[in-house]
Formats: sequence, structure tokens, C-alpha cells
Amino acid sequence: MTTLPYLVAGWLFLVGCYGLVTSRNLVHTVACLTVAQSATYVLLLAVGFRSGATAPVFADVPVGTRVVDPVVQALSLTDIVVSATVTAVLLALTIQIHKRHGTVDPDELRALRD
Amino acid sequence: MSLTVQALPPLLVAVPLLAATVLAASGRFLPRLIIDAASMLSCLLVLAGSVMLLVATGSQRVVSWLGGYSPVHGSSVGVVFVVDRIGAGLATLIAALVTAALTYTWRYFDEVESYFHVLILLFLAGMVGFALTGDLFDAFVFFELMGAVAYALTGYKIEEAKPLQGALNFAVINSLGAYCSLLGIGLIYGRTGELGFAQIQRALAGQRTDWLVLVGVALVFTGFLVKGAAVPLHFWLADAHAVAPSPVCVLFSGVMVELGLYGVARTWSAAFSPVLPAERLRPVLLAAGVVTAVIGSVMCLVQSHLKRLLAFSTVGHVGMFLVALGALEPAAIGGLAVYVLGHAAVKGALFLCAGVLLNARGSVDEADLHGRGRDLPVTRICFIIGGLALAALPPFGTWLGKTLAEDGLSHAGFHWAGYLFVGVSAVTGGAVLRAGLRIFFGIGTPPDTEGDTRGSEEKPETTGNVGGIPVTMLAPVVVLLAGGLTLGLLPGLATLAHDAAQQLLDPTGYAAAALDGARAVAPPAPAESWTVSGLALGLLSVLLALVVAALGLYSDRLPQLLRRAAGVATLPFHAVRTAHSGHLGDYVVWLLLGMTLLTLGVAAT
Repeated sequence: MTTLPYLVAGWLFLVGCYGLVTSRNLVHTVACLTVAQSATYVLLLAVGFRSGATAPVFADVPVGTRVVDPVVQALSLTDIVVSATVTAVLLALTIQIHKRHGTVDPDELRALRD
Repeated sequence: MSLTVQALPPLLVAVPLLAATVLAASGRFLPRLIIDAASMLSCLLVLAGSVMLLVATGSQRVVSWLGGYSPVHGSSVGVVFVVDRIGAGLATLIAALVTAALTYTWRYFDEVESYFHVLILLFLAGMVGFALTGDLFDAFVFFELMGAVAYALTGYKIEEAKPLQGALNFAVINSLGAYCSLLGIGLIYGRTGELGFAQIQRALAGQRTDWLVLVGVALVFTGFLVKGAAVPLHFWLADAHAVAPSPVCVLFSGVMVELGLYGVARTWSAAFSPVLPAERLRPVLLAAGVVTAVIGSVMCLVQSHLKRLLAFSTVGHVGMFLVALGALEPAAIGGLAVYVLGHAAVKGALFLCAGVLLNARGSVDEADLHGRGRDLPVTRICFIIGGLALAALPPFGTWLGKTLAEDGLSHAGFHWAGYLFVGVSAVTGGAVLRAGLRIFFGIGTPPDTEGDTRGSEEKPETTGNVGGIPVTMLAPVVVLLAGGLTLGLLPGLATLAHDAAQQLLDPTGYAAAALDGARAVAPPAPAESWTVSGLALGLLSVLLALVVAALGLYSDRLPQLLRRAAGVATLPFHAVRTAHSGHLGDYVVWLLLGMTLLTLGVAAT
């Protein structure tokens, strides 16, 4: 059991957030959100990892074979579907923002300043 | 009978999902009337089912294991819906508000295609699922479903600049919050190997308290509190509420934000209470609540964009809700439940009034509309009544909830909460009254608000002349207000809410119902109702609200010296105002700060 995957997950989340904060282009922003989200994939898969185990597919291996946790893999798959949906919505919004605001730089979007 | 009741929770999610799918596929070939009728019908079905659940949960917790994966010897690999009074009550509230929103939409969007109805039905499914689920990962999935749909609904008017930016801010901040939650879920699963609330609770009960689980809990709460708009995680809220279509705002303010707080309460009680004692969670929630209440009210007071004003009043009320929740006592949480119902009805009516204004006058800006609402007879009466009800006018549901929560907090030793509640009610209600008197009665001097987010450039959500204000737009306003009034007069409501709060705060009973089949609940004991001092406090906050409104309307007639002094005294609040920059990067920094504070508050002792 190594801590490396957990460190990677933490790093991905933080570096994604750094990108979100400093982004100058909304397409880059959306990509950074995806980077932050990939931290969740790494974390979930690391949680379910067992050394020397195979994929949790029992079609062609004998019963009782050591497999990794299938639950986290199901979670990661769901997570990927969520990610695809949100990314699609965000990119669609970005295209419309480019049409209506004439820019994709968050620093120049000032319509909602209080 | 019991079999039928157990089939209900999954059906309440499946019916709107199915209807949405059918409408998405066939909507373009169907006339508008059929689309309206079909979505209304599925919404009414959910409402009827929720009421049946509410009745059934009087004697038992309703538990359904999907696919028949019932637990054997207390463990199961299936996913579960566990419904108690709070969950069923929330589902009823959600369905009722969606019904109101759909009625309003009947004539509101002339050009609306079936997509709007599809999105609303998906939103309904996501919210109901979140209220009923008994599984942490399912909660995340429903949370994300209602999130993704809400982003699309916010940016529904894709031809305009502001809704797009509002939707983007909302989407990025809420998604990031949800990913925090998912990281937390991963950590908790890694430690316990369980995802069901009840299973997590039992697994944690046998373990030492360790910081890894607490960090996981804090991360889960971060996601919920982003949705629940606790300061400093609230920045998306005003941006989204200001630009979303008015019927959507009703759902956002009335119930979606409150569902975030419900998520915290439910997961804490049902899953995390063994590792996170009430004494440790209480100060975190109380502190967050006080800050949120103060910032929300102050920001509410300085808005001239009507929908932004209402949005910040929601932030102020969320602060009060957090304080009431933070007592972690049944009496205060029972009051909170009533308050949420009353607030949803009143705030919903106010948002719909703003929608009527936008439709009839092409603006939601207070300065712009000065006196221009005089000839909207029903709307203007409703708006003023709504403002008074928001300031907790007896006997509205808002007042009953506020006074019950105050009493509960006072019994728990938090006497200061009464002052906070009166203050927030007075300031938010006063701001609404000020705007209402100015717009609908032409009272006071037109304000000068150059350079702020103005409501004058918003476009009407209907095209052409809709022939006066259709009755389908006014009826929901009147019905919501009447509902808010009725809530305060229902004799058994206080007892019912108290009972519901007791069920919510009973982890042992929850786990026994989910895993051991011990579903029966104790019959409700009569709870304390309102008191004379509660009545007096309600009248006091209305009186103060009128003072706040008058000060706002006639601030230019105050002596010069007094105005200078007020200017100096409010300097710190200018910084608060500047922080609401509309800039995504700033909001992300605030989110990280909030997450860190929450983690320190929950995990470090």
C-alpha cells in the first residue's frame, strides 16, 4: 500500500484549482475543472486497488480469484458520465458566451459585478 | 398496502425521469398544450405520491431496496431509499413548487419548446431523489443531476449575455463543490467499505475517530454547503438567481438551496454522527450561520436589481436556517422545517411577482421602475404582503417557523439567536418592502445606482403582447401566498415538524429501519406551539422592517451629519460588496478558503 496515488490525487485537485483561479480563457477553465475532477478518479481507483489482483470480471477466471474492488470502478464510471455531461454544458455555454460577450476571458466578463 | 408504499419512493423518481425522456424524444412533434398537460400530470402524480408518503411516514419509515436486494443479517450490496417525515415533507414541497412553476410557465414563455419542461421534470426527479435516498453515492448522483439541470435552466436564455455568465459561475463552482464531496465519499468508502448511510454509521461506530474520516466528512459537507449557499461558498447564488427565469428561481430559492442544508443534516445524523459528536459540529454550523445571515442581509439591503435583492435575502435566511440547524435539537429543527416551508411559499410568490414585472414592464430594476407598477393591482398587493410575510408577519408560516426555531434555540441556551432572527427578518423584509413601495406605489426618491448590476437590461421572457397578465401567472402568486398563510394556521404543523425533526436526529432508528426492518416509529408527542412573546417578536420584526424600508426610501432627507456617520459605519461592508466581483477565479479562491475552514472546524480539535 503506497501513498503515491493519494498524493497524485491531491496534486491533481490543487493544480486544477490553481488553473481555475488563474485562467484567462474559458476553454482552459473547463479543462482545468476536468483536471480537478480527475483527482476523484485517481482517488477512487486507489481506494479499491489490491496488489496482485485482476479486473473484477468473473467470466474467464476461477471463482475466488483475487480482484480489485468493483464498486469504486462503478463509481468512477458514473463519475465519468457526470463529467462528460457537465463539460458539454460548460463548453456549450462558453460558445454562447463568445457570441454574446465577444470574449472568453473571465477577466473581461463584468456583467454581474456587484 | 405496505408493499404499495414501499414502491412509492423509486416511482417518485422514475415517473418524472420517464416523462422527461418521452417529452425530449417526442416534444418537437407535439402541440404545446399536450406538452404542458403531460408535464403537469407527471408533476401532480409526484405530488400525490409524496403526500401518500407523508401520511405513511406517520407510523413507519418507508424503506425500499432497489431490485429486491434486501439486507441479510444487516448487510446488503443494494442501494436503498429510506424515507422519514422530513424526506417525505421535502418531496411534497418540491412537487408543490414545481407545480406552481409549471402553472406559471403555461403562458410565461411563449416561445418555450419542450426542452424547458424536460429540464424542469429532470430537476424534479433529481431533487426528489436527493430527499429520499439513503445512500451516499446515490445522494451524489442525484445532487449532480439536479446540478447539471440547474446550470442548463439558469442559462436557458442563451441569446443574452448575463444568463450565460451566471450559469457558468454557477456550474463551475457547484461542480467543484460536488467533486469535493466525491473526494470525501471516496475517503469514507476507503475507510468503511460502505456507501449506505446506515451501513457507514454502523461501520464508523466500531472504529476510533480518525482524522482521515473527518476530512472526508468535511469534504462531503463542502459540496452540500456550496449548494446551501453558506458564506463564503455562496457567491454563485446571486449570479444564478439574478439571471435565471423567474419560475426557476422559485425552485432554486425555495427548495434547492435548502436541500444542501438537508444533505448536511441527513448525512451527519444518519451516517457520520458516531465520529463527529454534536458538540464539535455545532460551533461550525452556528458560526457559518451567523456570518451568512449578516452578509446576506447587508448585501440584500444594497441591491437595486430586484431578483438579486431576493437572492441575497435567501442568503440571509439560509444563515438563520444554519443557526437553527446548528442547535442540533429537535425543537429548533422542527421550527426550521416550518420556516423552510413558509419561506419557500413567500419567496416563491415574490420571485413570481418579479417575473410579472419583467413581463409587463421589461425591467426588474428598482430605480428604473419607480412608480411604474402602480397599475398592476394584484401584483402590487401580493408583493407588499410577501414583503411583510418575509419579515415574519404573524400568522404566516414564516412567522410560525421563526418563532418555533427561536424558542428551540432559546431552550438550548442560544438566547442571542432571537436577536439575530429579528434583525435578519427585519432587514431582508425591509429591503423587499422598500423596493415594493418604490416600484408599485411610487413612494420615495428615485435612487441613484450607477455602475452596479442593474436590472434594466433584462429582457422580458415573453415576446409580444400576452394580452394583459394571464391568470396562469397570477394564480400561482396568490396560491403560494395563501399557502404561506395557511401554514401558519395549521394546528398540527408544529407537532408534525417536531416529530419529523426527532426522526431526523435518530441515527439508531434510521439504521434499524434500513438494515433490520424495524421500521415502526413512535407516535408524535404534542410539541409546544407559539407563545405570546413569539407573537410580539414577530410584530417587532415587521415594525423594524417598516423602519428599514422608510430609511431606504427617505435616506436623502436625513440630516447631512447622520448620513456621513452612516457612510463611515458601513465602510467595512463596501469591502464585502467588492468581493462579489462576478469573477470565477475569485469565487474558486473563496471556495477553497471555505473548504479549508470547514475542514479545520470539523477535523481539528
